[in-house]
Order: sequence, then structure tokens, then C-alpha cells
Amino acid sequence: MTDSQSSDAFVAFERVQKSYDGENLVVKDLNLSIPKGEFLTMLGPSGSGKTTCLMMLAGFETATHGSILLDGVSINNIPPHKRGIGMVFQNYALFPHMTVAENLSFPLEVRKIGKSDREAKVKRALDMVQMGDFGGRRPAQLSGGQQQRIALARALVFEPELVLMDEPLGALDKQLREHMQFEITKLAHDLGITTVYVTHDQTEALTMSDRVAVFDDGRIQQIDAPDTLYESPKNSFVAQFIGENNTLTGVVKKISDGLCEVELDDGEVIDCKAVNVSDVGERTLVSIRPERVEYDPSRLKEGTHTIKAEVLDFVYMGDIFRTKLRVAGNDDFVIKTRNAPDQRRLKPGEMIEIGWLPEDCRALEAR
Amino acid sequence: MRPFHTDKNKFDKNKDANGDTMSDVTDATTAKNAPTPDDALRISDSKASGPVLAADGTPLKKSLKRALRAQKLRALALIAPLLIFILITFIAPIGDMLFRSVENQIVSSTLQNTVVELEDWDPAGADIPGEPTFEALYWDLFLAAEAKEHTKLGTRLNYEETGVSSLFRGVGRGIDDFGEDQVEALEDFDPVWEDEMFWYTLMSGGDGAEQNSRHLSAARERLTTLTTDDFIGSAGFVPGAEISELLPRTISEYSTFALFTVFADEDVVAEEEPWEAVKVSLIQELTSGVDLAGYSGPGAAELRAAQDMLADQPAIDFKQAFLDDDEDWADSGLWETIKLYSPPFTTGYFLKAVDLQKTVGGVEAVPDGEKIYGTLFKRTLFMSMVIMGSCILLGYPIAWILANLPVRTANLLLILVLLPFWTSLLVRTSAWKVMLQQQGVINDILVWLGMIADDSRLVMINNQFGTIVAMTHILLPFMILPMYSVMQTIPQTYLRAAKSLGATNWTAFWRVYFPQSIPGIGAGSILVFILSIGYYITPEIVGGTTGTFISNRIAYHISSSLNWGLAAALGSILLAAVLILYWAYDKIVGIDNVKLG
Repeated sequence: MTDSQSSDAFVAFERVQKSYDGENLVVKDLNLSIPKGEFLTMLGPSGSGKTTCLMMLAGFETATHGSILLDGVSINNIPPHKRGIGMVFQNYALFPHMTVAENLSFPLEVRKIGKSDREAKVKRALDMVQMGDFGGRRPAQLSGGQQQRIALARALVFEPELVLMDEPLGALDKQLREHMQFEITKLAHDLGITTVYVTHDQTEALTMSDRVAVFDDGRIQQIDAPDTLYESPKNSFVAQFIGENNTLTGVVKKISDGLCEVELDDGEVIDCKAVNVSDVGERTLVSIRPERVEYDPSRLKEGTHTIKAEVLDFVYMGDIFRTKLRVAGNDDFVIKTRNAPDQRRLKPGEMIEIGWLPEDCRALEAR
Repeated sequence: MRPFHTDKNKFDKNKDANGDTMSDVTDATTAKNAPTPDDALRISDSKASGPVLAADGTPLKKSLKRALRAQKLRALALIAPLLIFILITFIAPIGDMLFRSVENQIVSSTLQNTVVELEDWDPAGADIPGEPTFEALYWDLFLAAEAKEHTKLGTRLNYEETGVSSLFRGVGRGIDDFGEDQVEALEDFDPVWEDEMFWYTLMSGGDGAEQNSRHLSAARERLTTLTTDDFIGSAGFVPGAEISELLPRTISEYSTFALFTVFADEDVVAEEEPWEAVKVSLIQELTSGVDLAGYSGPGAAELRAAQDMLADQPAIDFKQAFLDDDEDWADSGLWETIKLYSPPFTTGYFLKAVDLQKTVGGVEAVPDGEKIYGTLFKRTLFMSMVIMGSCILLGYPIAWILANLPVRTANLLLILVLLPFWTSLLVRTSAWKVMLQQQGVINDILVWLGMIADDSRLVMINNQFGTIVAMTHILLPFMILPMYSVMQTIPQTYLRAAKSLGATNWTAFWRVYFPQSIPGIGAGSILVFILSIGYYITPEIVGGTTGTFISNRIAYHISSSLNWGLAAALGSILLAAVLILYWAYDKIVGIDNVKLG
């Protein structure tokens, strides 16, 4: 939607729509282009259309309208097995009746690659995921993480230029997951392959991707690099969906030079960055990240506007403190502070003054 | 955390000690020293295995066993009704059937004396057995005829040699008259030999005489063996000791008579005139030159007089008597049969079930014209294979469609699969009769379409074709259901994965989907094959003569020819064939891979 079509796009969705029942559109007018070598993540809640997009790209679903281009060629009518796209499935889909080596050999066999070539490629792929000794095992004899590696190796063994991954880490525990996130990203960049990764886990999306496309309601809400996405969400859905976020509601009083004044529901007036508001008098949702809120006067910039807050709860989390406040009638206002040696620990019931920079306080559309 | 760490260190030491063996279980997905859930298992495995004690000091195993005992007993009590039911209705009949297939006690229990005599007879020789054997046969058959057991033996031996049944039936009627000249002579000489009281006194040795019950218990055993009834209790008669020494054969026959009179006829011994065999035995013993000089008991004078009188009479010729009754008694084949089947257990039924027969020269194949069972077994196996194959071919696509449709539609279609399942077997089979017969629906349609001429209607029933069609239809659900349940568990993702890896639809199916559906095919095939190998009703109705199975033959022997031994042998072979196939399947495919649902 916001992404302009570029001529060097390796994968491109052009005005793609998809409906299963002829009544509801699951994907509404999707435009997306992915340059070669990019790691793009499709992020969104379930039912947002991200998996459908991936399946259309893989060829398992047909687009109801529009066209999908791969390297400049429309692949709408090319069956999945001729697209040459590697794919890692949610539950790995390793063939249980074949050994690991046979699983990896399968895509090479159907491509009629000679035996010695095949063995060399299988070995290389296994070594690539550090599973060289496991060729003779059956998938059921491997742990989840090992299966995940094999699935990855199988998707890469025939050297595709595009690899699709459908929530591949969903079944792993946290520790393994973080480890695999790192490995997949590294592998994708080392091999220079274009990757489209689908997930509903925003941490995963932020840590792994070059760009993240946030899906909701069949549309891409925002597509940007992870830092931009986090720090400059373009609408309140993205702001809410990515990371933790505090919201305050109010009415726009004045807009000038990208800044605006918002009168909160309790009468307090704050300065905000006008992101998705256009008219004075409009209702707005103000979004502030918990780690950008300060309560230590020495850390606040001179002249920063402050408002009163009551401490409701204080949680010690090791590296950070998580404090719950009541701000302008909102009982769920959370702030996070680093566990620095000089940091003061707040007590429930305490009344404090909090403040933030106007740039960190984004006025978005009310939903 | 602390105890875990200690164990963890222990584990690490183990790993160092035998680095190579442990390294292949190291989870490569985690950093080498980070604990994984599997570690706990390995740690518990690597612990020293001394006897672990429970809190009260008893060995842990013992106290665990005690704790589980109540549970086990309760579980046993829960399954007890079913267990007993199965034992009574399933295991016991099968055991009985297996026993019947080798059991052959009727010959030795009916012809107790003859069998002993025949032991010395050489069937390879030219002659039929001599007089002693015929005499023994007389004693056996006389009693058997009195107890009406001789016809059963006749029927049994008739399976091996036709004509024996009527031979035995005939001799049963005439055996009372054997030796009648001598008996009449005795009775004419002194009417006291027709007096029951005289006989009783003679045999029991009179009041207060010394008694000897040896012959009585022998007679009791003889009767029990013959009739399988028990003859326990007082017979009101005990043989005298002196007369037992002198006339053992007569005493033995009289004891048998006495027991039979009391327990089978429910009369009083002293009031019944002994039957002919008793008198014949007396005549035999008196003429054989028994020395009566020292005898002083009751009837001594009458015995001596009778011995003198009988010296002038011709001896009783049992062989001639039998031959006069029926000249078939001179047939050496009959005697060979009796000798071959005299042991209490026989392989004869099994040999017959595989088209072999026992002869005096050993086991031989039956003449070509009489071979039926080999052909029947082969046909049964072949047709079961064909039925299984057609069930696979027809069932696989159906199961595939069912497994890949939305659940609601699949359930609807499943009803169509199950509908014939719920219909009576007879109705379905009869329906096929209507469909397939020459004036039936299919032929009519073909004629109407002009595809065949009216005078050359297809013969589709009362042959193998009819049996295969009808049974395939009937057994199809048994193939579809296991296949369906296996296919349901194969996610579509596998096919997608295969396609994404570059496989065509066919390759994806053949290399990825089909191998995973084999357990379903295996389960269905075992079910269908085992069911069809023992199928009876359908081949009976639509099979005619060329489409019948071995089970139809078994049924014939059970209900028509009453040769249960042969039926049991055929059934045992069928059972063995099924078990062997099951075993072979287990070896080749592995029974663990079979999923019945």
C-alpha cells in the first residue's frame, strides 16, 4: 500500500485479492514488492491474511484477482512444483517414512540430479545446519529443534532463490526459538536468498527481518524496517501490535509543524507529534512507549511538560522495573525503567510526576 | 536448582568419560552445555543401579509390587466376565476343534480286544487275521451291539472305507446267533443253563464264598471306556474267587453283563438270564480243556456234565460265523483300515485334508480323481487374494476422497459406505443374485442396450466371478474404514511440502502420501483377507460349484456328512494358514504399523 513498485523487485504482488467464499475478501488489494536478498516478514494476528499471501506465493492458493510476479514473470498459472520456491512449514512436514538424508535428497531426485551430485548437496546442506551426523535418522528420532534444522536444510538443498517460511519456530521453546531466529537470519543473509517469513510473534519479526509487513484485516498496515516500525508506527493498530504501548485518549486542540496539542480526557493538555491526525477537534489516541517515560526530574529535559501519576504496582523484573500507573484516568499505564544503580524504586500509592519528549508521544487516529 | 546442578555435573563427567558414545545424543540445537529436557532422562539412566529402598526399609520394587497388586486384581476382576466369556465361547471350542482333528479313540474303545489282537497282524501279508482276532471281534461287537455303540464305529470307519457302516449294522443284528448250535446244545442238554438263579449262584460262588472283584472292576472299566457313562456303585453281584480262577473269560463276560443289566437296563442281575456271549464264553472255556477236577463250588456237577457233553460238539468257528454273516469280513482292506485307525490319535484327518491317505505302505496321495481339498485350498487363497486386491483398488480412492473432504461431507459419504455394512448379509448376497443371474438386472440391461444377444446372456453367477463380485462388495467397508482412519491422520501439508520441493502431483502422491497410507492398506488387507478366507454364506449362495470356498466343504462335513474330524482338520489348517499369514505380515510389514482406527 505504501510501498512503491520498483523495477528491481524480485517478488511482486500487484493488486492481489483473495476470497474463499465469494463474499468476504481475506486479502484486500495487496501490493508488495520484495527486492532480491531481502528478509521480509509478514506479521499479523491470525486471520489477517498473511498466511494466505504466503500460500498464494507458494502456489497452493490461487489469487482471486491481481497477479503475483516472480523475477518479473507472472506465476499465477504456474503449478507449485514448477515455481522452484523453497518452503518451511509450520510443523516442518518432514516425510516420516524417509530418513533425514532421503528427505533432503527428495527435491534433488525429482529434479533428476545424479546420485553423486545429490549426495554432495545433501551433505553440504546438512553441514550447513550442523546436522551432518544425522543423515541416517528418521524425523521422529529428532528433537523439535533438530527437525526444524532439517526442514530448513530441505528447503534450501535445491538452492532456491526464494524461501518461504510459515511460522517455522512456533513449536519450539523460547530458548531454542531465539537461537534458531539467529541461525535462520544468518543463513539467509549468508546465502543471499530472498526470504518471506510469516509469523504472529512480533519479537521474532523485529529481530529477524530487514523489513516487516504488518497485516491486519487483509491489508498491509505498515511495511518498514523494524526500528522504524517500532518507533514510528503509522497508525494505532501498528502501535498497539508492535511492542508494549500506553494509550491516552483526547481531542486535538491545535496542529502546527507536525506537532499538535491534545487535551486529554481529564483536561490535561500535552504536546504530541501529529502522525495520523488531520483536523482540530478530532478525537485521538496518543501512544507512548513505556521505556520513553521518565519520572526522575534529573533525566527530564528542561521545560518538558509533566503530568501527575499515581503508582499502582511495582514489579521487579531483574533487568528492568515495570511500574503500573494511573495516568489521566488510564489504570493501565505502564512504564519500564532500567535497573540502574541510582534508579529509585517506586512504591505503590506514591504520587509522582512523569514526562516524555513530544516526539515520543504520537497522536494517532482514534479507533 | 542446586541438586540439578550437581546431577548435571555428574552427567558432564560421564560425557567426558565416554565422550564418543554420548556425543551422538547431544542435542545439536542447543549450546553444548545448556541442559535440555532430555538430560533428565539420561541422568536417571546413568545412576548406579543398587537396590533402592522405600521409606520403611523394604526394597522399593517389593513395595511397588504390593502397591500395584490391588490395582491389578481390580483390573482382572473388571475383565473377568469377558475373559470367561471368551474362554467358554471361543478358546474352548477352538481347543475342542483342534482336539477332534486328531482324536480317534472310538476304534480302540469299541474294539478293545480286537485292537490288541491286531497288533500282531501284518497287514502286508496276504491273509486276513485268524480265528483269535475274530473271537476278540466277537466279544467286542457283542457288547457294542448290546450298548448300541457299534453303529457309531461303523459310521466312523465308513469315512475311511465305504461299506463298513452297513457291515457293522448287519453284524449287530446277527451277532446274537453266533455259536447258537453249541448254546442250544448246552441248553437242551441241561435246562439249568437257562436258569438265571443258577447262573447267579454259579458265578458268585454261593453264599459266604470267598469273593474276587478283580474281573468286576475290569468289566466296569471296559464299559466305561465303551460308553463313556460311569458304572459306579453296587451291582448286586461280586464274582466268587474260586470260579474266577477257573473260568476267567466267563466271569469277565458275566461281570460285564451284570453291570450292564444293573446300570443300563436297571434290572436285577439274579433275575436276568445271561446274554449269549456269557454262554459262548463258558462253552469256549469248557471246550478248551479247563480242569474242573478240583472244583467243588456250586454247579460243579452241572459244569462237569456240560464239559463232557461239549467234548462231542464241534468248536465254535467265529471266523466262519462272521463270514457267513457277510463275506466282506474277508476283505483285507477292512482289516487294514481297522488296524491303521486303531491308535487313539490319528493323522488321518489331516492327511485327508491335504489329499493324502494312510495306507499300509505309508502315506500316499489319493488318486487324481478324488483330490478336492488341495484344489479348494488353492482356490480359497487365490480368490481371497483377488477379493483383497479388488477391495484395495476400489477402496483406496474412496478412502482418499473421504479423508480429504470436509468432515461434514465426509461423514455423510461415510454413511453410504456403512449402509451396506448395516444391511443383512443374506439380503446383500441375494441382491447380487438378482443382479447377476442370466435373467437378472445386468443381463437385461445389456440385452436392452444391444451389447449382447438375448441367447448369449453372460453367466455371472454360480461361478468364481459371482463370488468375487459379491464378496468384494460385502467386504469393501472393512477395507475402506482402516484406510480412511489412517489417511485422516496424514496431513495435507506433506503433499504441499512435496510439491513445494518440486514433485509433480503423481510423485508427491506416490513417494510421500502412498507410503504413509500403507498401514491402512495393510490393516484393511489383513481384515479382508482373513474374513474372506473363512467366508461361507456368500460363496454358498452365489458360488455354484466353481466359486465355493474351503469353508463350504467344512460346513458340509459338519452338517451333512457328519465327519467332524475331517471338518476339524480342515478348520485347523485354515486357522494355521491365517496365523502363518499374520506372522508373515508381521515380519514383512510389522504389525505395529497396522492401524485399525
